[in-house]
Amino acid sequence: MRGSRLRVRFSKHGKVRFTSHRDVARIWERSLRRARVPVAYSAGFSPRPKIAYGLALPTGYSSDAEYLDVEVDPVWAAGIGNETLVGALTASLPTGMTALAAVELASGEPSLQHAVTSCTWRIDAAGADAREASEAVSRAMDGGELLVQRERKGRLSIDDIRPAVHAVEVQGNITDGVRLTAELATQPRAVRPAELLASLCPPLILLRACRLHQWITTDTGERREPLAFAELSVAAAGVEP
Amino acid sequence: MNLWHRLEPLLPQVSKPARYIGGEDGMQAPRHGPGVVSWLLTYPDTYEIGLPNQGLQILYEILNERPDAAAERAYAPWVDLEALMRSEGLPLFSLDTHRPAALFDVIAFNLSAELTYTNVLNCIDLAGVDVRAAERHDADPLIGAGGHCTYNPEPLADFLDFVVLGDGEEAVGDITEVLHDWKVSGRPGGRAGVLRALARVPGVYVPSMYNVAYDGDRLAAVEPRHPDVPAVVEKRTIADLAEWPYPKRQLVPLTEVVHDRLNVEVFRGCTRGCRFCQAGMITRPVRERPAEQVRTMVGEGLRRTGYDEVALTSLSTADFSGIERVVADTVSGAGCGQVSVSLPSLRVDAFTVGIAAQIQRARRTGLTFAPEAGTWRMRQVINKLITNDDLYSAAESAYSQGWRRMKLYFLTGLPTETDSDTLGIAELARNCVALGRDHVRSPSVTVSVGGFVPKPFTPFQWFGQNTVAELRRKIGLLRDGLRRARGVQLKWHDPAASLAEGLASRGDRRLGPVIEHVWRHGGTFQEWSEHFDLGRWQAAAAACGIDIDAYVHRHRTLDEVLPWDHLSAGLHKDFLWQDWRDALDEVGLEDCRWTPCYDCGACTGYGIEHVVASAVPPAGGSQGTGMDLSRGGEVPVRLLERSLAGAAT
Repeated sequence: MRGSRLRVRFSKHGKVRFTSHRDVARIWERSLRRARVPVAYSAGFSPRPKIAYGLALPTGYSSDAEYLDVEVDPVWAAGIGNETLVGALTASLPTGMTALAAVELASGEPSLQHAVTSCTWRIDAAGADAREASEAVSRAMDGGELLVQRERKGRLSIDDIRPAVHAVEVQGNITDGVRLTAELATQPRAVRPAELLASLCPPLILLRACRLHQWITTDTGERREPLAFAELSVAAAGVEP
Repeated sequence: MNLWHRLEPLLPQVSKPARYIGGEDGMQAPRHGPGVVSWLLTYPDTYEIGLPNQGLQILYEILNERPDAAAERAYAPWVDLEALMRSEGLPLFSLDTHRPAALFDVIAFNLSAELTYTNVLNCIDLAGVDVRAAERHDADPLIGAGGHCTYNPEPLADFLDFVVLGDGEEAVGDITEVLHDWKVSGRPGGRAGVLRALARVPGVYVPSMYNVAYDGDRLAAVEPRHPDVPAVVEKRTIADLAEWPYPKRQLVPLTEVVHDRLNVEVFRGCTRGCRFCQAGMITRPVRERPAEQVRTMVGEGLRRTGYDEVALTSLSTADFSGIERVVADTVSGAGCGQVSVSLPSLRVDAFTVGIAAQIQRARRTGLTFAPEAGTWRMRQVINKLITNDDLYSAAESAYSQGWRRMKLYFLTGLPTETDSDTLGIAELARNCVALGRDHVRSPSVTVSVGGFVPKPFTPFQWFGQNTVAELRRKIGLLRDGLRRARGVQLKWHDPAASLAEGLASRGDRRLGPVIEHVWRHGGTFQEWSEHFDLGRWQAAAAACGIDIDAYVHRHRTLDEVLPWDHLSAGLHKDFLWQDWRDALDEVGLEDCRWTPCYDCGACTGYGIEHVVASAVPPAGGSQGTGMDLSRGGEVPVRLLERSLAGAAT
């Protein structure tokens, strides 16, 4: 019997944002059991719960737009209201993690890892005020290349991230620096806010980053969230500013 | 006062920042206030090693349940954060409310391993408190310690204000009351006043209340400085584990730790009588938790924590009365998902494998046994009375039921050990692999060898530890002996680390300056091979005029004053000496749980006795009795019989 696939959107703020992607996976496995959600297990010698986590959130970043897909008992899924489920999940999660929405996916819906094409970030940075930051961003967006040095599997490479930087806006000054928003591509390789800041001239220093949205761009060029807000069973009331 | 806002900007710069955030499920909400005695329970190693420590978690709950106490937790910051803390002037902090360590009334360390001693000094220093007890001020926290290593706390005597021997459940309450009374009555007598009062609490040892006399190089006496201070400090023992169903809310970490599972202690104490095992000697008598309470703690614990694994912990869990029923109930009674049960410290016999087969249906990865020595002769010396046949039937049983990997733990450098005893380890391993070939493709055995370190309050406390060179030679023998043995992997513990452990294990107060020297020269995290450096210890010993040979490798004599003679684990010294003579005569001793008393002193001295539900020894295996209990005891579980029958055809 095939299970039902649920997609859950959750936020991650405060102290718990220092947990890693792997930590979050462990936290979810335990939280789902505590919430008594009948998760489907893989068959075989070493059964694993069928949970697919989306894009990794860098350790230390916060988020209003994390997702996971979990396969559950379809009979159970048919009997539980989304709002009840979202409440039960939040109650089982540690302080700082909040379930925002849960929706049963149509069959054939592609996995998060494949479908998501870009993310919108709120980025707080030090090293410039709003005017200086605006100038640096203009230079970067107008120039031909945006080079960063990155490490992959122990090897250093110089990459041009300019094609992956869809948009950057300077929002204004904050007490300890400047606030930006940026939409950064996740494919073929995700660009991190810290990499964007390092590529600017002069470079800015990351203070805080928060993922506000993940986006799926369809073949027709249309952009939507993995759980569009219309589908949300609970409005994102728990989202911190 | 909360240091989080100063810690937070440092965390993106360090490895595994989730070690420092707290926020675990099960975290208590400590209520500080005037008259409330605040405890900072500190594990002197990293969070991932320290968080699962059950002793610390038990005291954390018991203290927070008291209206007159508040307890928080701290762990040693890893070297990267420590460097940032020192450059930023950030002191050691609690994880629960990120409160500065120096604001607590007590900083209490769990001492589980000698190689963490330098970390204890580092944590005291990071707290902003003088590492030397004699230099501390009235306003400084009291520095205390508990845990197995406190049975010889003398190497740390210069640094600790007080030490608790034995079970802490009741002692922490008594200490809290003394500190509470002292605080609310205007701290009479200052620091010395409260330490004097603590010295009168049963189980509490205050090193500064004792004079140490030497006769030339030899320790002559450790004697109380005041008439109201006990000449011998006796350990504390809780009579009935059923009265202490802790932890009730085990901490569920947000990041990866060792033993990351629900842990339920099924009994405390062990009377198998293995002569090398300090834990078995100092935690007597055996006190079983009622099976019904175990079931409740497992069921509620799994529901609350969301863990899918539970460990039934003790020093030899297969000895728990009715272990099969408890295991069967746990496996069948679990909620949604699959639950696996792990039994650390498995006895070596086929009966045990039968239980393991019941519980590891899901993930049959590997089985671990600890025969400890390579020959029957050697195992009689150490009183680990398992025969070669016990091990082979366990191996046969394991391989025939689908396990492919076995891990065997051994000690080398044991008293009277000959090269043929050492090489017996290789033979056992090879024979186990050969047995496995009848059942599975490419069976494997991992042999893990550690250098034996004699410990206080064991019959081997008089034994001169093997030198590093001798341990290396024996490991070399084993490597040669296993060179062409297919399917056998050999791993060994660094003999150099065993030397440092031995130095701290049986040292006296003259070791204090050595430990301080190692710490001052950057020797923290000595349990971690990448940070351990024997050269640092040798340089420190040379600088302090300490003869390592005399402390570590010298055989001690009966008339010698031992550094822990003024402390007591209840064991009569003449019992230990007789057991030492029996060891040299290769005479084994039966388990006193099911046989007459040897008057070791642990029960009679404290007016307590074993709490064991079953009057019958467990089935299978001869360990601890010198007899084949599979005939005299209960019938082995059916699963095992079937598999053995299958193997015979």
